[in-house]
Amino acid sequence: MNLNIIVLAKQVPDTRNVGKDAMKEDGTINRAALPAIFNPEDLNALEQALRLKDSNPGSTVTLLTMGLPRASEIIREAIYRGADGGIVLTDRTLGGADTLATSYSLAQAVKKFGKYDIILGGRQAIDGDTAQVGPQIAEKLGIPQITYAEEILDLSDGHVTVKRRLENGVETVKAPLPCVVTVNGSAPDCRPRNAMRVQKFKYAASPSEAAKLSDERKALLEKRPYLNLQEWSAAYVDADPAQIGLPGSPTKVKAIENVVFTAKDCRVLTDNDAEIEDLVKELITNHTIG
Amino acid sequence: MANFYTDNPDLKHHLTHPLMEKIVALKERNYTDAEKFDYAPLDYADAQDSYDKVLEIVGEICGDIIAPNAEDVDHQGPRVENGRVIYADKTKENLDACRKAGLMGMAMPRRFGGLNFPITPYIMAADIVSRADTGFENLWGLQDCAETIYEFADEEQKAKFIPRVCKGETMSMDLTEPDAGSDLQSVMLKATEQPDGTWLLNGVKRFITNGDSDIHLVLARSEAGTKDGRGLSMFIYDKNDGGVNVRRIENKMGIKGSPTCELTYKNAKAVLCGSRRMGLIKYVMALMNGARLGIAAQSVGVSELAYREALAYAKDRKQFGKAIIEFPAVYEMLSVMKAKLDASRSLLYACARYVDIYKIYDDLAKERTLAPEERKESKYYSRLADALTPLAKGMGSEYCNQNAYDCIQIHGGSGFMKDYACERLYRDARITSIYEGTTQLQVVAAIRHVTTGTYLNLIKEYASEEVKPELQALKDRLAAMTERYAKAVETVTSVDDTAYGDFMARRLVEMAGCIVMSYLLLLDANRNDSFKRSAEVYANLAQTEVTKHSDFIANFNPAEVALYKVD
Repeated sequence: MNLNIIVLAKQVPDTRNVGKDAMKEDGTINRAALPAIFNPEDLNALEQALRLKDSNPGSTVTLLTMGLPRASEIIREAIYRGADGGIVLTDRTLGGADTLATSYSLAQAVKKFGKYDIILGGRQAIDGDTAQVGPQIAEKLGIPQITYAEEILDLSDGHVTVKRRLENGVETVKAPLPCVVTVNGSAPDCRPRNAMRVQKFKYAASPSEAAKLSDERKALLEKRPYLNLQEWSAAYVDADPAQIGLPGSPTKVKAIENVVFTAKDCRVLTDNDAEIEDLVKELITNHTIG
Repeated sequence: MANFYTDNPDLKHHLTHPLMEKIVALKERNYTDAEKFDYAPLDYADAQDSYDKVLEIVGEICGDIIAPNAEDVDHQGPRVENGRVIYADKTKENLDACRKAGLMGMAMPRRFGGLNFPITPYIMAADIVSRADTGFENLWGLQDCAETIYEFADEEQKAKFIPRVCKGETMSMDLTEPDAGSDLQSVMLKATEQPDGTWLLNGVKRFITNGDSDIHLVLARSEAGTKDGRGLSMFIYDKNDGGVNVRRIENKMGIKGSPTCELTYKNAKAVLCGSRRMGLIKYVMALMNGARLGIAAQSVGVSELAYREALAYAKDRKQFGKAIIEFPAVYEMLSVMKAKLDASRSLLYACARYVDIYKIYDDLAKERTLAPEERKESKYYSRLADALTPLAKGMGSEYCNQNAYDCIQIHGGSGFMKDYACERLYRDARITSIYEGTTQLQVVAAIRHVTTGTYLNLIKEYASEEVKPELQALKDRLAAMTERYAKAVETVTSVDDTAYGDFMARRLVEMAGCIVMSYLLLLDANRNDSFKRSAEVYANLAQTEVTKHSDFIANFNPAEVALYKVD
């Protein structure tokens, strides 16, 4: 079976190795001091995608990322590990997006992509820790979603069977394709970069990177079409300007402060509406939201 | 998130040695492969960038996977079930990572699926892998054997076996037998030719590293009735054909993850590699030289880890109100460890570069006739490689043992416990000065380069290079050491007494080694200030060694050899 697999990924500041100068005085992230890396759980998702490709020869794995033009670094990184190609969704108008605007923009890109069988992504990114984008994309595309995935057990007859890692055990679920699967950090690590692929694809460049290259390297891009990475704009994916970037983001940053966690455990709610309503009321009362 | 390549800038210093430009241009046939292969380099800078990127992968796998697995592998080890070896679980994980990263068959030509790396960056990978897990370096490093197939097998055999190695099948070299260790001329494994031209192997091999590999190179007696090396031929055995079983694996002191096997051959089908009767005298010699360079790299990797473990502990451990690294007795040990590490590494890569040049010329000679100056150059570097290989293996392995010893010493009582990596390291280090020829046999291989003047000529060549003014005083000291060496050589060779010559051989070889390494570090310091301390510290050590040996030789009456003879 030839599958069209999309992997959602994000280039993030490496918040796991935070030094003294990681934050600026105003409390915002000092991006210059933190190297930009492939979001760790997106690498777990890429590994699941590559395993699907291994067991379904002829399949293609395409990375989709939204970010600055330099995010094509993680596309090369994915190609080194076995992905077939990638798309950077990049545009000034996309800047300042919260999860709602991000998921809208990415959903538009997925629609533009055309036929796909499965969308994989990391559970969450280490810079925002929201875990909202994957599920929101599934909602916007009107397809099922499976979160906290640890292993894809089977993909056949138009269905995918997935083992999920939950707080107190595992759960095996089955969903019709296409669907969104967000992968947990407990899933197997991504395979290493491949020496031959690194040498073959190290000069792969997006149009905005290519513009800055020497004539010699530009000529190489022309001679070897597979080295050209795709860059899509907001207009290209038919995004509604009101729903993207800052204008499309209801989240507004009011203030940033250092918080020391006092609660040791998280509170677990059941999925009944009353409990959720009570929590929202509580958060509004104590000014956490609103 | 450790990277054993990027955390060690010394490696890049050696990778970018000025001679590399010539090596890479020769290896890449002036970059003409780029037209045929989409991963071949476009020019020298591109090739260096590729080596750098690939070694970064090696460093990452070593730092994140192989090194963290080493303790488990040491505890679990491999086992035998129904004549087959089952690797430790984490060994399988290591191999899987190396295969997926495409790090097997690194030095093989691209037409067979290899990366076409020169020996130098390949050996650098071995250095890095050994630091992560010495025993695993054996399994990974046996890809070396593909080199022998590439050099001596026929086209059909190359096309059959080399791509399999590049895809990750493992190899072994089946040489040793119960009664044929250092003395391989006594090999008895019997090879019988079949009417279809294939051969059947029968007999026993012992101490075979990774003996249940996919593809074996086997030394066997093809000429019935012969008793010496001229009756031996080299064979390739494919595990898919069956006939070789693992009787048992040895319970070893160290490198426990690397299975050392006793093998039984029962009508095992094999094919002849190269010409009959050339097995030992030509192919095993070539195979051994490659393997010795591999052990030299393995030794440097162990030295590196020993130094790092000792340094970290000495900074961390506090006694008498301060970190023990503050005490002269401890910091002297550390700087001497580093000097031995740096010296053996400089020698390793000098040797690797010389091997690269002559091997590439050998390979070129199969495509076209070499120009007279190319032939001359090839011969010159081949001789240097031949001279430096036993030094790099012999002295590098001794230094790695000394560093492993000092690493434990710096850990004090804690180092004697199983809690720290240094005790594993100590056990792993011990084999390096034994296998692929003991240190004593390296001396036998090296001594003719003492007597014929190869070392002295090389030293003079190094001495002819200009150095920065601040290094001149150091250089003058090395010149004085060279004089003492030349005098000692003269003293020994002027006496016509084989026993006396053999008795003094190790001293002379060590003096040559100390001086060669001193000059290499001097030239490293000339190119890169960070080597200055090691160049000075090593010169002090070398001077002491050279003086000690030259005094011993000067004060020794050849008749005294009898005093040492034990009945």
